[in-house]
Amino acid sequence: MDVRLQTSMVFHLDKCIGCHTCSIACKNIWTDRKGAEYMWWNNVETKPGTGYPTAWEDQSKYKGGWEENGGNPSLKMGSKNSRLLNIFHNPDLPKLDDYYEPWTYEYEKLFDAPEGSDQPTARPISMITGKHMEVEAGPNWDDDLSGSPVYAANDPNLDSLTEEQRQELFDIERLVFFYLPRICNHCLNPSCVAACPSGAIYKRGEDGIVLINQDKCRAWRMCVTACPYKKTFYNWSTGKSEKCILCFPRLETGQAPACFHSCVGRIRYLGGLLYDADKLPSSVQVPDGQLVDAHRDIILDPKDPKVREAARKNGIDDRTLEAVERSPVYKYVMEWKLALPLHPEFRTLPMLFYVPPMLPVMAKATEGVYDTANDELFSPIEKARLPIEYMASLFSAGNVDHVTLSLKKQYAVRLFKRLETVGDVDEKVVQFAMNECNMTAEEAETIYRLTSLPTMDERVVIPPMHREEALQMLNDNMWEEKGSAGLGKRQLPVRGN
Amino acid sequence: MHEYLLYIFLPYMAVTILFVVSIYRFVKDRFSYSSLSSQFLESDELFYGSVPWHIGIIGALTGHLIGFLFPAQVLWFNSVPVRLYILEITGLVFGLMALVGIVSLVWRRLNTPKIWAVTSIMDLVVLFLLLAQIFLGVYTALFYRWGSSWYAASAVPYLRSLFTFQPDLATIAPLPIVVKLHIVGAFLILLVFPFSRLVHMFSIPISYLWRPFQIVKWNWDRKTIRGQYTRGNTEIAKNAK
Ligand code: SF4
Ligand code: SF4
Repeated sequence: MDVRLQTSMVFHLDKCIGCHTCSIACKNIWTDRKGAEYMWWNNVETKPGTGYPTAWEDQSKYKGGWEENGGNPSLKMGSKNSRLLNIFHNPDLPKLDDYYEPWTYEYEKLFDAPEGSDQPTARPISMITGKHMEVEAGPNWDDDLSGSPVYAANDPNLDSLTEEQRQELFDIERLVFFYLPRICNHCLNPSCVAACPSGAIYKRGEDGIVLINQDKCRAWRMCVTACPYKKTFYNWSTGKSEKCILCFPRLETGQAPACFHSCVGRIRYLGGLLYDADKLPSSVQVPDGQLVDAHRDIILDPKDPKVREAARKNGIDDRTLEAVERSPVYKYVMEWKLALPLHPEFRTLPMLFYVPPMLPVMAKATEGVYDTANDELFSPIEKARLPIEYMASLFSAGNVDHVTLSLKKQYAVRLFKRLETVGDVDEKVVQFAMNECNMTAEEAETIYRLTSLPTMDERVVIPPMHREEALQMLNDNMWEEKGSAGLGKRQLPVRGN
Repeated sequence: MHEYLLYIFLPYMAVTILFVVSIYRFVKDRFSYSSLSSQFLESDELFYGSVPWHIGIIGALTGHLIGFLFPAQVLWFNSVPVRLYILEITGLVFGLMALVGIVSLVWRRLNTPKIWAVTSIMDLVVLFLLLAQIFLGVYTALFYRWGSSWYAASAVPYLRSLFTFQPDLATIAPLPIVVKLHIVGAFLILLVFPFSRLVHMFSIPISYLWRPFQIVKWNWDRKTIRGQYTRGNTEIAKNAK
């Protein structure tokens, strides 16, 4: 057993209001720079929809992630040799237009245009060329455009539905959508790392954050293709690739990442998970339907004495173990089995998990009152406005059981609380619903508390990162390095010649 | 006098600057080492420029290197006319590929607004030098036969004399002006090399082929585990004894 710590995340989609505050918080801190204008390390998409970059989930086009070749996983973009052969021109590199051309407006024109009979206007200009441009795409171009034949209809996940189901989905009465906020998943089997010819991308052993060494990147741009979530970006100005850094300078000082901190819906949970690195290679070599189980199988119980012993042997501190015990991520992913990985079939073992949304997906048109008839208790789930197969295509590689269980549990918690606070449901019905998903009243109550009432400290439990001690290990003369254990950047990141 | 400047002073200066500046830049400003790919901004035309350019130039440079290292063997190889023709045609094909590539790269850079926006003066200098150099090289291959043989007998002895620090210009003195320009062009390219994006040549990521897929970096030495140093973790210290 090779126990390691992974800083992991849960996004509770039922709570996301699609306000994009998270995206703006991230942009203002990290990507408000030349060459990074088009990057959204955090973005929020409308589902069904095509997302950012357009139709990123379609790996027949983007060639991201891994492929299972009978126990011999390889990158979908080809063998190692092909990486070097394609270095002069990567045939699968997404282009700027797959994202959008960043623009601003000629605001000065509003002030210094000569007097005339027309109102002065501020025309859009490209932030790359500085020339006038037609704005044809942007981040969240299809925001809230569910039902659109141009955007939503091209969602790759709709392939999992029958023709009939697709038709129904676009009926105006059934029209429904939800939001999917996305950041880098800080995967356990990251394809971005595996594809980098320079070896510039690496996973930090102590906390599992995946980073790109800016000094080592040589613009071979293979990671951009390799990441199936399209969360590595090429900075066209500096000639270096960049990605979400999980706000590690904030984490190291005990603060939540900016998108977590600012989340209006408080949908974001962060905590440590212990996993067994020895089980890694085998856990991505199972058929699609078993991927979620295999993923859960490598995550270890921090209360298990054997795990704790092995963790200590690997240098994981007691205070870290204590934080992992309180991890909200462990509860959602392992104890309650409510949270699921996004597109596990890409086989990168993403460590950001999603609680699939119940509302508005299942809300009934009849005045918002739940259908609680005894004989078809869970009918809202089966007859959900967004078919369960769609959810399964997103969150469990097609295995509907996982998604159904998660939704049933959420539904049962709701009934449980409804009985308690309003009292207009039959107690037997509630009991039946709870039994159906093996849930005790106690568990229902804790799920309710951590979902609806959590404080910042309960949502974000940052394992101590001990950077100061790591430094001490590297260099016995700690005092000399005092105050210099930060980012370590010596120059402004300006483009070379 | 100018001969000393161009064929002795220039090469020694260029090579010295090449090494000193490249190393200085690598140590002091490693961030600036990049191929500065612009494929993200324009991909389709790049294919017809970058791919023939790189294949052509790698082939042509390899040819020059082989001639430099094994001149006697090249002369022996060329003693049979068929083999000479094969060698010459191979070299010419590489040269033409490089020419097609560099012309389309220049054209693309000048005509695509997005690419022009990321073009520096040094990029233009490099492109001009390369364009001129490839043109001179292909011209030589076409009009001064048979280059693969006389290269081994004239330019190689001169280059070797530079390497042994006993510069001898005698063998290149009778060469035509086009060839002389080609020689000077090569030294000029070496001179601008460390100041330009050409430094990406030092970064050919060949070790990718044998490194494992995943890279994990530890901030502490995993063998002398950190736990022993921290408070509140006495058990491991006990076990270690
Ligand atoms: S989500 Fe993409 S960029 Fe992030 S670790 Fe996984 S493969 Fe790498
Ligand atoms: S800030 Fe929170 S609620 Fe708002 S869009 Fe982002 S994830 Fe959703």
